[in-house]
Amino acid sequence: MVIATGAGAPAHAAGAPWQARGADSPANRPQIPDSIVEARTREIAAGLRCVVCQGLSIEDSPAELAREMRAIVKEQVAAGRTRAEIEAYFVARYGEFVLLAPRPEGFNLLVYALPVVALVLGALFVVGFVRRWGGAEPDASPQGTGAEASRTRGG
Amino acid sequence: MTRLIGHGAVMAALLVAAYGAFAAVAGVRRARPDLLRSSQLATHATFALMLVANLAMVYALVTHDFSVGYVAQVGNRSTPLFYTVISLWGALEGSILFWGLVLSGYSAAVVFLNRDRHGSLVPYANATLLLIGVFFYLLLLGPADPFVRVSPVPADGPGPNPLLQNHILMGIHPPLLYLGYVGLSVPFAFAIGALLSGRVEDGAWLRLTRRWTLAAWAFLSLAIMAGMWWSYEVLGWGGYWAWDPVENASFLPWLTATAFLHSAMVEERRGQLRVWNLSLIIATFLLTIFGTFLTRSGIVASVHAFSEGEIGYWFLSFIAICLVFSLALLMGRSAALGSTGRLAGGASRETVFLLNNLVLTVFTFTVLLGTVYPLVAEAVRGVKVSVGAPFFNRMTLPLIVALLFLLGVGPALPWRAASREELRERFLVPALAALASLAATLAVGTRNPYAIAAFTFAGWAGATNLGEFWLGARSRMRTHGEGPATALVRLVRSNGRRYGGYVAHLGILLMAVGITASSAFRKEVERTLRPGETIEVEGYTLRFDGVAAREEPRRFVVWADMALLDGAGETREVLRPRLNFYRMSDQPITTPAVRERPHQDLYLVLMAFERDGSSVTIQALVEPLVVWIWIGGTIVSLGALMSLLSGRGRLRPGRLARDAIRLTHAPAAETR
Amino acid sequence: MSWLRAALGALVAVPILALLLFGMGRDPRAIDSPLPGRPAPGFELARLEGTPTRGPLLDAAGAALPDSFSLRADSGRIVVLNFFASWCLACRAEHGPLGEAAERYRDSGVSFYGIAYQDRPEDALGWIRRMGGQVYPALVDPGSRTAIEYGLWGVPETFFLGRDGRVAYKHVGPVSRALLAQRLDALLEGEAAGGDAATSSPGWQRGAEAPGATPELGVP
Repeated sequence: MVIATGAGAPAHAAGAPWQARGADSPANRPQIPDSIVEARTREIAAGLRCVVCQGLSIEDSPAELAREMRAIVKEQVAAGRTRAEIEAYFVARYGEFVLLAPRPEGFNLLVYALPVVALVLGALFVVGFVRRWGGAEPDASPQGTGAEASRTRGG
Repeated sequence: MTRLIGHGAVMAALLVAAYGAFAAVAGVRRARPDLLRSSQLATHATFALMLVANLAMVYALVTHDFSVGYVAQVGNRSTPLFYTVISLWGALEGSILFWGLVLSGYSAAVVFLNRDRHGSLVPYANATLLLIGVFFYLLLLGPADPFVRVSPVPADGPGPNPLLQNHILMGIHPPLLYLGYVGLSVPFAFAIGALLSGRVEDGAWLRLTRRWTLAAWAFLSLAIMAGMWWSYEVLGWGGYWAWDPVENASFLPWLTATAFLHSAMVEERRGQLRVWNLSLIIATFLLTIFGTFLTRSGIVASVHAFSEGEIGYWFLSFIAICLVFSLALLMGRSAALGSTGRLAGGASRETVFLLNNLVLTVFTFTVLLGTVYPLVAEAVRGVKVSVGAPFFNRMTLPLIVALLFLLGVGPALPWRAASREELRERFLVPALAALASLAATLAVGTRNPYAIAAFTFAGWAGATNLGEFWLGARSRMRTHGEGPATALVRLVRSNGRRYGGYVAHLGILLMAVGITASSAFRKEVERTLRPGETIEVEGYTLRFDGVAAREEPRRFVVWADMALLDGAGETREVLRPRLNFYRMSDQPITTPAVRERPHQDLYLVLMAFERDGSSVTIQALVEPLVVWIWIGGTIVSLGALMSLLSGRGRLRPGRLARDAIRLTHAPAAETR
Repeated sequence: MSWLRAALGALVAVPILALLLFGMGRDPRAIDSPLPGRPAPGFELARLEGTPTRGPLLDAAGAALPDSFSLRADSGRIVVLNFFASWCLACRAEHGPLGEAAERYRDSGVSFYGIAYQDRPEDALGWIRRMGGQVYPALVDPGSRTAIEYGLWGVPETFFLGRDGRVAYKHVGPVSRALLAQRLDALLEGEAAGGDAATSSPGWQRGAEAPGATPELGVP
């Protein structure tokens, strides 16, 4: 966290570099309500990595740069850009590392698919295991549950 | 002088431990009780030596002996005594020294408490523990030497990392963590001992280590919770878990140890899952070493990273040796470890435990995969990717919800297959409780499906677990005519193992509720304020009254006076979020002002300030039910403690006798 | 033990160990930048008043060049963009080499700019003066927009832009005399803009980090 600049409230740089001049003037764009802008910004910012932190998102991070990046996200959301476009903007400048979850495409699909595969295979195994080994005689050892105790002891 | 003592003690510990391991194995194989005795003494001696070494280091730290390498690294004359002492484990070399102490302590305790046992199991386990110690003592003489000489002797040192000086919890988290990590070496050592001595079938290794595993698990649970609490109080982002690689590293063995605690019960009763349990505990141990490897190898960038260097290769070699050795042993003996009993099948507690193991194992796999995936992606695609909270949350939330559900099923089921009537009867109240929770959750406006599921299942599982207490107490009241309080107390004492487990379950549920509420209902406001202006969040009004600063020997502290106003505009309380500027670091460390109440926390962060005090930027968070996370975490460990302190476990005399006859070394003194 | 079991064991053990071994061999903090080879992001930034402090860019009256600089204005020239900060320790080491190179290569069609990162203008200016002044302009980057455009991870970072307007090289960490000479000579000879992987030098600081992210916490 850095001491606030003497300029007061964080100002948007005149003519943010990514904004194409001319065509997209405010008068032509549909206005998106503030609450939606805020909500969408939060969502997208939570998926972008704060590049000067260790693993925090720019949504969570109090770092100056993170807040500046978040301001950019907010601008772009207000301008109607999609999540994919905003993420692409940052990836073009920082590389894939800036995304907090790997893009689910290509090789990265493995990290999403393998746990599911493991779960399914494991479940099948458990079912098979119980089928194979199940069916024991009820044993005579002390009851396992309070309910049983309740029942057998005159409950 | 201190260096000499330190070096000498570690060197001696190395030699004695190596000898002790040799003597233990030789003593077993050649039936030489004198060698066994000798190895026991060696184990105690190792502990004494590590104690000396650690005390020497503490002495060097406290007297600011900057000729000692480690002190020159973390010492500073203006650091308060408390933080000086705890800097023993604050950096790499010291942490290994401390690890050695804990390990040798555990080894000595194991030997002492099992000194009347005969047979080959304990000596092999002892040898394993001693050999693990040998690795760490080698580290202390090699790449992680804290007693290395520094010349010329500096006048002062940089002091511990500022983050380690900010909060008292920093004194607690690492020792608890080590007690947990290292404690899990004990069941591992016994598993290896069981494999080596051929005494797996009688389940002796499980019985002997039950309490050790519980204790280690309790410590690890507390440690993780302390880490979360520290993160919340210190790091200033209002969260407590970031899925940082090293947070994950401490969580992974906890997951497998939890699975182990449950599946061990199945093995005890049925003689099933032997290979599985051995694999679980081996995996748990390897994950603890993997965790320390992650922090010290430079392989992932993390908040927790120690300095990188050669030590990573040492750890990797150790992991390789342990992995290969354990696997070889397991593979070699597993053919002989067939299952003997049958499971209950159907809707029984055993089935639920299998499902619990399934979910916990997949959970472990998912977290492990996510943690190492950046490596994999780089190896395969040549591109660096991040795997952070969004991934982990998305992949693990369904599993967590499933676990919460199972938490409410197992305790209500008997060990044999339950009938439909029993199921109906037993789960009626929990189902109603679940519906009530669901209704309440929706009524307060929860929209997130996972939050809804979590609250619903918390109600479900809470009813089940509390129901166990209720039904058991009621039965006692009827049969023994006791009053409700007496019945409850006697119920718990008669079977502390089971009811301790239920208490731990309730602790988990409290944590789940706290975590869900504080995430789903978190409110956040940020404003830049001039003196006299206010910021409002969730009914709280805070007025900025001014900035103040204070010069301290080791840091410069700036804080904002935020007056919490009541309805009439009067000051109820003053909260002071701070920024700490440490001499040795460019960046300030934040200390949020946290106002904890049972129903919610008010959390203030000083983001920025003007030097002339003309304005500050304050972030105010309101997070409901946060304290229940810490309370729940403590209850979890209390439950484990209850279970630990209870009497003998459930034995199967018939099986035990049968197996004992089969084996050459008949166990003499039985359970304690 | 059967071969099948041994193979199974190896199947588990070997990939894990190989992966970890691989991991040991690379630096998790060195992130490759996607910028080299691409057109350099344009910008128009205000000049930090008071810079340059000396040199031919000041006219006879001691007044400096225009109040703002736009990258477009330098098309056809080679540009060296150096991101620095007054709180950046490593930036001190490269200040001298940058100034020298600026003077040496001025007539060869190379422009130098310093861009202050996460710094108050007065702090940056004070730092420049303490370091002995500067012969090229320093620019102010409000909201770190330009830094973000260039995918900055920390300071110091230096970008070399070729005559074709593309980012030719990115260097992470302080630049040395030798490196500046090497890169600039290569660009002047018309070497094609190759995508050079970011090379990390020791002393590179991320800076402005979230307090919770101070490196080397040292907790197990």
